[in-house]
Amino acid sequence: MIVKEALLADTITVNRTEHPIPEDPRTSLLDFLRSGLGLTGTKKGCDHGQCGACTVIVNGIRINSCLTLAAMHDGDQVTTIEGLGTPDDPSALQQAFLEHDGFQCGYCTPGQICSATAMLQEIANDWPSDASADLEGRIEATGEEIRERMSGNLCRCGAYANIVAAIRDVAEKSA
Amino acid sequence: MKPFSYSKARTVEDAGNITSGDAAMAIAGGTNLLDLMKLQVETPEQLADINRIGFAAIEDTSDGGLLLGALATNTQTAVHPRVRSDYPVLARAILSGATQQLRNKATNGGNLCQRTRCFYFTNIDQPCNKREPGSGCGAIDGIAKLHAVLGASDQCIATYPGDMAVALSALDARVEIATPAGGQRSVPVRDFHCLPGDTPWRDNVLEDGEIITAITLPPPVGGTQIYRKVRERSSYAFALVSVAAIVEMEDGLFSRADLAFGGLAHKPWHDPRIGEALIGQPASSETFDRAADILLENARGYGENDFKIPLARRTLHAVLEQAAEDAA
Repeated sequence: MIVKEALLADTITVNRTEHPIPEDPRTSLLDFLRSGLGLTGTKKGCDHGQCGACTVIVNGIRINSCLTLAAMHDGDQVTTIEGLGTPDDPSALQQAFLEHDGFQCGYCTPGQICSATAMLQEIANDWPSDASADLEGRIEATGEEIRERMSGNLCRCGAYANIVAAIRDVAEKSA
Repeated sequence: MKPFSYSKARTVEDAGNITSGDAAMAIAGGTNLLDLMKLQVETPEQLADINRIGFAAIEDTSDGGLLLGALATNTQTAVHPRVRSDYPVLARAILSGATQQLRNKATNGGNLCQRTRCFYFTNIDQPCNKREPGSGCGAIDGIAKLHAVLGASDQCIATYPGDMAVALSALDARVEIATPAGGQRSVPVRDFHCLPGDTPWRDNVLEDGEIITAITLPPPVGGTQIYRKVRERSSYAFALVSVAAIVEMEDGLFSRADLAFGGLAHKPWHDPRIGEALIGQPASSETFDRAADILLENARGYGENDFKIPLARRTLHAVLEQAAEDAA
């Protein structure tokens, strides 16, 4: 039984463009982005919140788009990898992943870059992590902090060393 | 995912009404529920989105404590200035769980209600008395590495998987609940989760149509606060054993010791006798062993998880040693 309600007629903004919320309430935000909007940069890996390939930024906060329903995001602002930069005008992290070879097959990369984009803001906010010695101090983008904070993004090719290098590079340049 | 009808609750009364009945459930962050719905472990016919009913604030209480809205996220809670300064054991416990993406979505109320990660519970082709009463327990003679060594029953040996509630148990926090009749009740976190007994499908004391509105923390308790989590990898893994400790020392003797344990049972484990045994005692291996003896007096392993019994003893030693050093 699928009930359509007036409430489902609201909109969701993706990369600054408004779209109607899909009719089937089962539609995950991930499936909506990929199948509904054709924004296939966001990847489906495990579909269970374990791999992070589907990471997108909602209202400035990174989340797993596979573990949330599109219908729960009426009025929200979603940014996907397509909204961060373009081949001609990449974001600082997109450029750094290229320069540091932060991938092999590339499947996890959009999730890694969306995740890292929001993560650098969390560090700028001095939000502590499990790796932080001091809960209330300034947070530096050390290798240890980056590895802990990026633990929700798996890379099956094992490009981790270069991913950390790319993120550190951007963190140091913006510090 | 099985089809379901979806509606947005506008008030807590709305939420209670919609979620009354076996076929209806509330959804907040959804990080656990949607995972289980994809696996068809949960198959609600009706889903009430409760994200817009309020109860998302974190605010001071009149007695100097702190109220954590049920719909505040785990991240908002862990980074709140007062949680970091006054309740560091709670900030540490939350930050040790899951990933940033999950903590950004997961809510405080949902965290309390999260289901076990027992492999038999999450696989609908396997027997599980929690998921399907009367079908048996696959874990008792099966894959039991993550499973309970305290308070289990012959029906279920699942563990409560969370970290946050372990710290809340050490802090003696309370769960605030809206009842369907429009009332409010308050339950100590220590009494919120159930042991499996003969009703393993029952994770906690919430009744039909009840909605958690907040968690209340007592006025700041001070002391040295530690959350130590032992797991198979250093990030994004459930606890094999965890210890939340709030400890004070006076003249080289323990003057306060509030302890709770994760990974060992169907609920955060709290036994007041452990703290009582430490009070007035020096920080020594003998003292720590007496505390561990009380913790583990009825411990029972199921093969694969036998290691948890000595691991719990050693983790308790390590935490008390560190707490005594930090508090001195």
